[in-house]
Amino acid sequence: MLGTARRAAAAKAGGEAPLLEVTRLSVAFSGLTVVDGVSLSLREGEVLGIVGESGSGKSVTAQATMGLLPSSARVTADRLSLMGETLLGIGEKRLQRLRGSAMSMIFQEPMTALNPVLTIGRQIGETLVRHGVVTQGQARERSAELLARVGIPSPRSKLDDYPHQLSGGMRQRVMIAIAIACNPRLLFADEPTTALDVTIQAQILELLRELQQEYRMGIVLISHDLGVVSSFADRVAVMYAGRIVEDAAADAIFARPAHPYTRGLLASRPSATHDVARLTAIPGTVPPAFDLPSGCRFRTRCAQADAACAATDPPRVVVGPAHGAACLKPLLETPA
Amino acid sequence: MTGEPLVRVRDLGKVFRSRASGFLVPPLETKAVDGVSFDIARGETLGLVGESGCGKTTTGRMVVRLLDPSMGSIRFDGAEISGLAGKALRDLRRDLQIVFQDPMSSLNPRMTAGELIVEPLVVHGVGDNASRQKRLRELIDIVGLLPHHAARFPHEFSGGQRQRIGIARALALSPRFLVLDEAVSALDVSIQAQILNLLQDLRAELSLTYLFISHDLGVIRFICDRVAVMYLGEIVEIADRAALFAAPRHPYTQALLASIPEVGVGKRRFQPLTGDVPSASNPPPGCRFNTRCPHVMDVCRSVRPKLAAVGAGHEAACHLLGPAHQTGPAG
Repeated sequence: MLGTARRAAAAKAGGEAPLLEVTRLSVAFSGLTVVDGVSLSLREGEVLGIVGESGSGKSVTAQATMGLLPSSARVTADRLSLMGETLLGIGEKRLQRLRGSAMSMIFQEPMTALNPVLTIGRQIGETLVRHGVVTQGQARERSAELLARVGIPSPRSKLDDYPHQLSGGMRQRVMIAIAIACNPRLLFADEPTTALDVTIQAQILELLRELQQEYRMGIVLISHDLGVVSSFADRVAVMYAGRIVEDAAADAIFARPAHPYTRGLLASRPSATHDVARLTAIPGTVPPAFDLPSGCRFRTRCAQADAACAATDPPRVVVGPAHGAACLKPLLETPA
Repeated sequence: MTGEPLVRVRDLGKVFRSRASGFLVPPLETKAVDGVSFDIARGETLGLVGESGCGKTTTGRMVVRLLDPSMGSIRFDGAEISGLAGKALRDLRRDLQIVFQDPMSSLNPRMTAGELIVEPLVVHGVGDNASRQKRLRELIDIVGLLPHHAARFPHEFSGGQRQRIGIARALALSPRFLVLDEAVSALDVSIQAQILNLLQDLRAELSLTYLFISHDLGVIRFICDRVAVMYLGEIVEIADRAALFAAPRHPYTQALLASIPEVGVGKRRFQPLTGDVPSASNPPPGCRFNTRCPHVMDVCRSVRPKLAAVGAGHEAACHLLGPAHQTGPAG
């Protein structure tokens, strides 16, 4: 709701430059293309959810934007820019400057992202000092404030704890504290609650939402969980086998999914709010990157696929207001 | 069928002891499961749901006797099985099988799918080579694999197909009862749906009874007839699926259900429980949920509530649900 209002206001003001602009991003590892022509944009204070199953390329898309992929990855794009500044070929030094201060990232498993032999306080302080937010002398004080902000009880004493001394939820809070330490404009949250229990997941999603509104951050939330994305994102992109197959406002995509894959995902999800006698599973499995079918990549699992789907790579077609689907036979939004 | 349920568990408990950390320092005792009781009728699926460390996996493993219970009774088809050992225990395993979460770590990577599926028959000395091959073909067919898959190794399969191998292996000895321990949790949603449908079909076709362990309330709602909610080693609520999801009585069950992000309700605020789950080695006195309960009262910090009836076939352990539950041996 808020996002829509803000977008409307921005449109009225003549349109602000997007916070993040990605046009035709592709990533290949040793000749295998795992992300293929992905385009995204994100405005300030907006939450974009990227949904997809394992191997859909959603995490690689985020890592490519952050410049976190190994040098063996071949990253190409027509445009990849953050607040108007291109991120392609700008060199590691500038990227390091931007990572943490302008954009940052939280991961699924904080235990592997945090350094196990350094105290929590040291790890937050390091980020603050490196980006020149505070001096070494002020680092401890500011770190404690950040821990308090992310809801860690008795933050001052926790500064001297090591990551293994904290629970999974608390570790994720520490990672969020580090991510927001330098007030970034863009936060990538890659499956931030997948390893957490559902009551802790709710706590972390609430915290992220508060921080997002307080700092007016743009968030790219990557998740396999349609429920998490539905209750958190303003807009949603659905990825399949390295491509975006559908994109729309969150309420539209879940109420009127146009792409057969999106519809299949929704139908295969067992709901905790109503009874279902039988799940409508999507037959088969995601094709591997080295063995993609011709034409539409989803056609081997799609009930509606025909000869045209094998012959043509479906372009994105507009199916409703700000709602696109890469399908030859998408379900159109009925005009209200 | 009436009479005794297929599985009857009473006051089941498991204490894990850590090694003593020094001279005169007593070993740390953790009651992972503490006084759990439930019945599973023939052909029924009972769900065990709860968060990490609540004891649901330990309970499942005790029921199939992969772990020895520290206390309590487990009856299977009218016979006490908690103390079985040796040949009697091996014979029991024909009737009780378990499917694990991650088939990659439970399947031997050096054995083909066919060898893995018939291995239980070999171990139990069932049939000869020809009859085992016949059984293999049947099993491959009922779990939805293809005949040529038998010669492949686990790494050649996708996660969903590996779980089909795990299920075929569990079914090899024609068991009557299966424990499914987070059996679909590692799978992508489109594949998870395939396996859930398969499990539902198998239960009907083979007259199976399931104990289905999961942290996912959507999955639980889909497959279970009755549901037990666990928290810190105890069952806090048990009811039919319809009653549990429509009218949960325990504040923890209510919080669990309210914490699930649902599709299509739009952006929403959560009212999450505060705090973390306490450690099972040092649970709070009284009601174990009292440190996180939004309705906590004085009595909750000292008196442990007992499971008591709150409706037909519906039990909950909470002081809010009536003074009769506050003291003494209820029910």
